Parts: sequence; structure tokens; C-alpha cells
Amino acid sequence: MTGVQRTVTRTLVVLLAMFVFAFALVPLYDAFCRVTGINGKVENTAQALIRDSIDESRVITVQFITRGSPGLPWKLEVLDRQVRVHPGAATEVHFAFTNHGKQAGWGRAVPSVSPSEASLYMRKVTCFCFQEQRLDAGERYEAPLVFQLTRDLPDDIKTVTLVYTLYPVDDKTLAAKVLANEAPAIVVPGIAVPGGEA
Amino acid sequence: MAPKLPPQLPPQNRVEQAGDASGTAGHADAGYHHGPKGLLRWLLTTNHKEIGTLYLIFSLSMFFIGGIFALVVRAELFQPGLQLVQPEFFNQMTTMHGLIMVFGAVMPGFVGLANWMIPLQIGAPDMALPRLNNFSFWLLPVAFTLLLSTLLMPGGGPNFGWTFYAPLSTTYSPPSTTFFILSLHMAGISSILGAINIIATILNLRAPGMRMMDMPLFVWTWLITAFLLIAVMPVLAGVITMMLLDINFGTSFFNAAGGGDPVMFQHIFWFFGHPEVYIMILPAFGIVSAIIPTFARKRLFGYASMVYATSSIAILSFLVWAHHMFAVGLPLVAELFFMYTTMLIAVPTGVKVFNWIATLFQGSISFETPMLFALAFVVLFSIGGFSGLMLAIAPADFQYHDTYFVVAHFHYVLVPGAVFAIMAAVYYWLPKWTGHYPNERLGRWHFWTSVVGVNLTFFPMHFSGLAGMPRRIPDYALQFADFNMASSIGALLFGTSQLLFVLMIIKCVRGGEKAPAKAWDGAVDLEWTVPSPAPLHTFETPPRFQHQEH
Amino acid sequence: MRNLPGVVAAVGGSVWLTRSTLVHGWNMPLGVTALSRDIHGLHMTIFWICVVIGVVVFGVMFYSLFRYRRSKGAKASLFHENTKVEVIWTAVPLLILIGMALPATATLKQMYDAKDADLDVMVTGQQWRWHYEYLGEDVAFTSNLTTPRDQIDGLAAKGENYLLEVDEPLVLPVGRKVRFLLTSDDVVHSWWVPDLAVKQDAIPGFVNENWVRIETPGTYRGQCTELCGRNHGFMPVVVEAMEPEAFDSWLAERKQAAAREASGVDREWTMDELMSRGQQVYESICASCHQVDGSGSPPVFPALTNNPALIAERDRHIATVINGVAGKPMPAFSSSLSPVEIAAVITYERNAWGNDTGDSVQPSEIQARLE
Repeated sequence: MTGVQRTVTRTLVVLLAMFVFAFALVPLYDAFCRVTGINGKVENTAQALIRDSIDESRVITVQFITRGSPGLPWKLEVLDRQVRVHPGAATEVHFAFTNHGKQAGWGRAVPSVSPSEASLYMRKVTCFCFQEQRLDAGERYEAPLVFQLTRDLPDDIKTVTLVYTLYPVDDKTLAAKVLANEAPAIVVPGIAVPGGEA
Repeated sequence: MAPKLPPQLPPQNRVEQAGDASGTAGHADAGYHHGPKGLLRWLLTTNHKEIGTLYLIFSLSMFFIGGIFALVVRAELFQPGLQLVQPEFFNQMTTMHGLIMVFGAVMPGFVGLANWMIPLQIGAPDMALPRLNNFSFWLLPVAFTLLLSTLLMPGGGPNFGWTFYAPLSTTYSPPSTTFFILSLHMAGISSILGAINIIATILNLRAPGMRMMDMPLFVWTWLITAFLLIAVMPVLAGVITMMLLDINFGTSFFNAAGGGDPVMFQHIFWFFGHPEVYIMILPAFGIVSAIIPTFARKRLFGYASMVYATSSIAILSFLVWAHHMFAVGLPLVAELFFMYTTMLIAVPTGVKVFNWIATLFQGSISFETPMLFALAFVVLFSIGGFSGLMLAIAPADFQYHDTYFVVAHFHYVLVPGAVFAIMAAVYYWLPKWTGHYPNERLGRWHFWTSVVGVNLTFFPMHFSGLAGMPRRIPDYALQFADFNMASSIGALLFGTSQLLFVLMIIKCVRGGEKAPAKAWDGAVDLEWTVPSPAPLHTFETPPRFQHQEH
Repeated sequence: MRNLPGVVAAVGGSVWLTRSTLVHGWNMPLGVTALSRDIHGLHMTIFWICVVIGVVVFGVMFYSLFRYRRSKGAKASLFHENTKVEVIWTAVPLLILIGMALPATATLKQMYDAKDADLDVMVTGQQWRWHYEYLGEDVAFTSNLTTPRDQIDGLAAKGENYLLEVDEPLVLPVGRKVRFLLTSDDVVHSWWVPDLAVKQDAIPGFVNENWVRIETPGTYRGQCTELCGRNHGFMPVVVEAMEPEAFDSWLAERKQAAAREASGVDREWTMDELMSRGQQVYESICASCHQVDGSGSPPVFPALTNNPALIAERDRHIATVINGVAGKPMPAFSSSLSPVEIAAVITYERNAWGNDTGDSVQPSEIQARLE
């Protein structure tokens, strides 16, 4: 029965490999999305500004939309709802978080870019969306977003829409992050205390 | 019509066999079982024929349970308005119907046929791993009892569709979802173990002299199916494990709030799901490729191209998954890629249909019940193939997606496709299993009521879908009323006519016209060289297989 | 004719179906945009290709079945391979498919070209309603099913637009390019209007794009097409397309109305005013889950009557309506209802169905909480 044993061993190896592959799909998909711009996912870590000349011949409209979500008594507002920028130029836009609840809590703004191809050309130098935020009851916190649309932005993209959805972060999720050794950077207004390598 | 005329053709594959090819019915007693008796015997059996029977009985029971759920759905949809059930329960019924039919009826049905027939068709004494075989079967009743019991849990059973898209199936799911995941894990392990066993059997236990390209197509298609199972069932296990972690351990694989991605769920699910669709149809191709030549009394046309077409369908099945997701907002290049690959599948599938028809051409055709089901398979599966081709056209799919047009499409390939093929196989091999021919008259009644029922149920769904009816809704606008009433009447007809199937099986087990070893005069494969009914132990001395040039 | 019953049933069935196809639409609608007509054209082309292939293939099949019957003494021939024929029937379908892929590719490219829109509308799916926001115009509203529960339960005759009617349709101008941005607050939904040939999934945390340029004024109806829970079948989409001038004045009126609504926050509302406004809001928004009589459907949708927690905790009641409950189908209504509506509906819930707490909630109090 050595033939059978050999076949079984081989199929078990394939089996194990496929199970691992299923989980590997998560980072692979993530990487794939970032490379190709599928899903409008943007880098969630700070990127360096590309020092480049500014393309003054083109003006791109960048819209910002902020959304709340159930279960978090917070509000995220954008102070400049729409800006017109030249590719290559760095622009700063201000957002404000308000916790109008009665308790301190955690939240996180999750970005999405439309059209999704545009996410390839959007570089964020500073963004509140890189980590979870903690706000005390009644607290208001203004945060900047500094971004750049690179010069190689395709000509047919004239409008870029950036949507931030504010989500609550519950204890379970925080705990899972700590377990995964990526503790959230604690951001209280003014002070950033990285809980790990953020 | 007399099903048993003297053979006109010499068997194509000659077998010289010592011992049990004598073809006498009394020989069956020689294989009498000496182990435990009664219930314990079935619980502990390691015999491929007994396990095959267990699988088939299990599959038939699940077919009826899933069918009752479908009838609840159809009864509610008989006319507009909510009459019988509330939307929560309706959603549980659609979900359970899908899960039970896919994982409980169709897949175990094919595994049961594989258990019975693969060793007989390749001249092996049993499956390569008989004890594992017992374990993989007994996982199933446990898994499905657990799955069905979720209906009685607080908050009800799974209600998110058999595709269980996150976050409806994670953040917003009923508390019973953890049990749903557990039962799916068990069913998955059962399939995987079954697949390993089948691969090990086919690769190692073929009769001396039988090369790969001599194997009957049912064996070939099952070998390819087993490889698909090995490749994608772990992916299903992976995705439900991620759900489990999201629900119970605070991870965010699919939770946008934690930086996860609900679209990724769909990608991983369909990476499993599309090959899964072919897992449910490839063995059917094998069955039809055995039955049509038998009753056309002519060799299968294009044996080699059948093998290659099946393999290319299997490979392509890994490259088409996102055609289930044309409306989720894929980028243009992805849409184009998946549209082209999906259209490409029509080519090997077409080759198979053309081969069957070329086999019929200039044959000597008779129409016993197995042949009727096989011919209905060719026609109605092709209709499902045509609507599949329409769905492949991505721009048009934006209009078809998630409507009853899709429901019509996949029911055409699964019911008169996969299910008819299983029924054809049962009629075809019952003489070998029981030693009696199935009752032709009952068989014909069963066939015609099923064909009318199936078409009356699913054909109008094309129209309700095109007219704009979304799938999975418990109530609908007035313009869809006539189509839905037709579908519901058809479903009742199809459902009740399956009682004839059960009646036919019971009658055939208890008696009927005695069948010789070679029950159908045009049949050629090795299983027809052992007596009918097949004794418990066959091919204990391997037969010498002499191939014929293809 | 042993198969007579089957034949009779089949013929009877097809006659009945033909009747219903004549009475109602049975094919994909032609629609009211250039793209919807292109898509309809693709649909009909591929349909006829399938019909022709089907007639040829099934023709040969049924000819063989008839001609080579064993009962008529047919003898089987021995051929079982023919390379030339096999190559032909592999190559010909391939060519047909290439011919079909070309126009499909062209149409798909147009569908993906959402740039240079005249109007942006944000479409948000919520369990189980649609929220529309005209970006940059300060106009936003929620669109709810208005079909009365009695019609669904069969206690009243069903109206013409049964399940396809809403309180506030999405109003769009004809002739202008409208870009949709779609997302969801909870689970995956899908926004579909067959006449506009627009179907796009609304996915939580992500924004999808689609667009439309409607050519004919009219009312177009559709539904959510992605299973989204209990009331998936009860969240219709209604689009009302009007001439650009009419649209502009509608939009201006809505802006004024929004301003009026906002000013309602400053004054003191009487109990009666709050109760009648509250009942309106409750029945159009809350009743789909918590039921008209407040009985809910536990465990997912808690009852609002005989609910000691609700009666005792006024503050938590207000917070729940404003902020929703994470991971439950209760959305945050601060984004879709005005402070007046929130105040009124909470007052209503605290006093209707024998709750009789006597509490009233003033819009100014809600406004203060939101700031």
C-alpha cells in the first residue's frame, strides 16, 4: 500500500497548502488592491511627499464626504468640503471630530476613494485615518489631512471623491489588535503615544 | 419497450477474470458479511458498497428536507403578500434550502455513486482507505443534524443566503451562526476525506492493465472533481474560520469598521464557490457519458477530448470567480478579464455537448428511463448553459445580476443538470445494486412528471427575472404574480413526483424483473462483469483489463 | 400516447404563460438611457445567438433520436472520433464568442466612464431604506416604503405600485449626467432601477460609482437586489425624472424646506404638535421593524411597549435614536432625521401605546446634543 500512502501524503500536503493559502489571500488581496487601486483602498501609513513640479495646466476637484455610523455618538466634519488642486501640489484640509456622547471612547475614520483608480495617485502625508482615535466626552479635536495627487494622475480623472466613515472601535477589536501585536497608536489631542510600531 | 435485447455489439473491453465473473445471482451469498449485525453493522461498515448505500440514502433524505424548504418558499411566493411565513423565517428557508441541497443532497449523492461504482469500474476490491471512508460518511449526519437544529435556536438558523455574505453573516448574524460554521466545517472535512480516498483509489487500485486513458469517464470526472475538492474545500474552511474569528474574537477580516473588507469575503467565497459549482456538475458529465453510449449502443464519441474538456473546465473554474461579483464595483480591467474567461468556458462545455450528440448520431437508440433522464440532462443543462453565456456578458449582467434570471440559470444546471444525472445514475445502476430492473412504467411517470414540473418551475423564472424581480424576496410586486404562480405549481408537481422515485426504489429493492450481470446490452464497463446484485466483495482477485484502442 | 398527461400539462402551461407575457412585461426593459438601450441590444443579440445555436444543436439531436431508433431497426455505426469535426466545433464557438466580446467591451467601457458629472448624489443603503444626499446642495432625505402593512398582510386590496412606492422618491433631472456614489451604513445592499440599467452594490466602508443620463421624464421603479436581512424585499427604489427647470425649482424648494425645518429647532413645541409629527415619523420609519403598535419582533427588534428600560431611561432612549446601536439593525438617525423629527418621534414613543410617561423632548434639546 505504499502507493496509497504516497498519494495520501501528497494530497494532505496540497490540502494544508490550500488552507494556508486561504489565509494568505488576505494579505495578498490587500497588497494586490494597493498595487492596482482596486476598491479605492489607500495606503494607511504616511507616505513621503514627492518633490515634483506642479502641473498647473490641470485642475482636479477633490470632494470630501464624512459619514457617521451607528453606535458612536461622534461627529466627523470636514471644514473644507471641496478643494481644487493641481496635480503635484500638496494640500492641507481640516477635519473636526466631536464626541457629543457622555463617555470617552475609541473611533476610527476609514477612508475610501472614488474612482478607485485614483487611489493609486493619492499620497497622504498626514492623516487622522492612520490610527484609532480616543476622545473624551464632549471633546472636539481638529485634525489635518495633508495629501498630494501625483502628476501621473490619468487625464480622464477630473474629480476625486474621498469618503471617510467614522466607526466605533470596541474593546474586543482593540484587544485583538493588541494580540496581533499592532496596538493602536493612542491619539489624544496634541499628544501621540504610539502603543507599538504604528 | 423491452430494455433487454440480446447484445448486438461485443463488449469493447474484454476481461479475463478468475472467480466472480460467473454472473449467477446465487453467487451473491458468497460475500455474506460476518461482522456485527443490525444497526451496529451499518455504523461500523467499511465496505464501499454499504457506505455508498448509506451516502445515497442520506442524500435522498436531504433532498426531501431541502425540497420541503423549497416548497415553503414557493408556497409563500404563490401569490403577492405575506400569507404563510414571515420574512425572517422565509430567509432561513431560502438559506437552508441552498445549503442542504448543495452540501447535503448533491455532493453526498455523487460521493455515494463514487463509493459504489469507482471500485467496480476500475476493478478494485474496495476503496483505498475503508475505515476513513466510514468516518467521512458518519460526519455528515452529525453535521446536518447540527445545521438543522439551528432552526430551533433562539434567533433562528442561518438567514443570510447560502452564499453567507459578510457582514450580514458576521456582525448582523443570528447567534446560531457559530453552529452553522461548525457544521459546515464538518461537512467540509467529510468532503475532503472522501476526495482523498477517491484519489488514492483511482491512482493506486486500478486493475492491472488499465491505464488512465482507459478509465470510464465517470472515474475520470470524479478524479478531477476530487482534485477540485482538495483545492477549494480548505479555502471554504479558511473563509468560515475567518468569520468565526470576526464573530467571536474581535478580528476584522470582513468588518469595514476595523479596517477589514466585505468585498474580500466575496472574493474568497467565490474562489471556493465557482469550482464548487463544477464539483456539482463534473461527475454528472461522467454519468451521462456512460449512459448515452450504452443506450445508443455506440462508443462514446471523442473520449480523449471529453477528458481534455473536463480538465480545461476544471482549470478555468479557478479563473472565473468574479463573474459572480460584476456589480460590486470591480475595476474595468477586472470586469473585462472575468468576462472573457467566463465566455471561454462555453468552448469546452460545448465540446462535451457536441460529443454526446455525435455519439447519438448513427447509433441504435432505445429509450429506457436512465436514457430519458440523460437526454433531458443534455437538453436542459444546455439551456442552463445558454443563460450562463448570457450572464457572462458583463454589461448585460448588471441587469441580470441577483434577479430570478440567475435563479433560473443555476437551477437549470443543478436540477435538470446535476439532480437528473444522479437520478439517471440510480436508474442505470439499480440493477447492479439490487439485482432487479427498476419498474419502467413508474420510471416513465417519474421522468415525465419531473420534466414538466422542473420546466414549469424554472422556465418562468427567466421572465420574472428579466421583468425585474430580485431573488430572495418574500413578497413581490404585482407584475410578477403570474410567473410566480406558475413556478409554485411547477414546484409542487416536481416535489410530489419525487415520491414516485422513492416508490420505484422501494419496489426495485424488494423485487422485480431479475437482472443479469450485464443488465444493459450496450454497457461495456467493468461493473457489468460482476453478478447482479453485486456481492459484498468483488474483484478480490484483480481482473486483467485489456484495453481497446481509443 | 402514454405521455398524454405530460403533453397536455405542457401545452396548457405554455398557453397560460403566453397570456401572462402578453399582459405583463416579460423581457428586459428597453429603458430610458442610451446605455440601457445598448445593454438591451447586447442582451437580445446574445439571446438570438443562443437560440440559433440551440435550434441547430437540438435539431441534430432530435433528428438523431428519431432517425436512429433501435425500435425501427437502426444499426449502430462504429465511428467514435473525427479530428476535423472536433476542431471545427471548438473553433466556431470561439469565433462567435470573440464577435460577442467586442461590443460588450465597448459598452462596458462607457458604463465605467463617470467623469464630468453635472450632479453628484450620494446613495446610502440602510436596513431597510435608502438615504439620498445631493452633494453640495444641503439637500438630503430618506426614502421609505409606503405600502401599508394591511396590503402586505392581505387585509386590504393591493395598490397598483404595491411594494414599489416610497414617501420621497429620488428626484433627478433629465438630460444631465448624474453621478451616484454608493455606500452602506450596515450590510451590503444593491441599488437597482431596471429602466436606468443601473445596478450597483452599496458596501459598508467603501464607495462605488455609477452614473446615468436619463432621456425621458417619468417615474422609474426598482428594488434592493442584495439580500440585506429581514426587510430586503421591502426597500424599493423610486426615481422621478423631471425636466431640468422643474428639477432646479424642486431643488430650490427643498433647500428652503430644509432651512425651515432647521428653524423649527428654536421654538418650543407643544405636546400635541410633537405627538402628531412623531406618529408620522414613527409610522414611515420605525414601524417597519418595531411594528405600528410598538410590539417589535424580539429578539432582534425589541418591543417599545411594556419595555421598562425604555420608560425608565429617557436619556438612553434619546441616545439610541441619535446614535444607533453598533452591530444591530438600529441605525444612527442623526444623519437621516432632523432634530425636530427625532424629538417628535421620541416623544411619541414615550407616550403612545400606554407608555404614558408624560415626557416630552424638545427639538432644541436634540440640537444641543448634536453640537
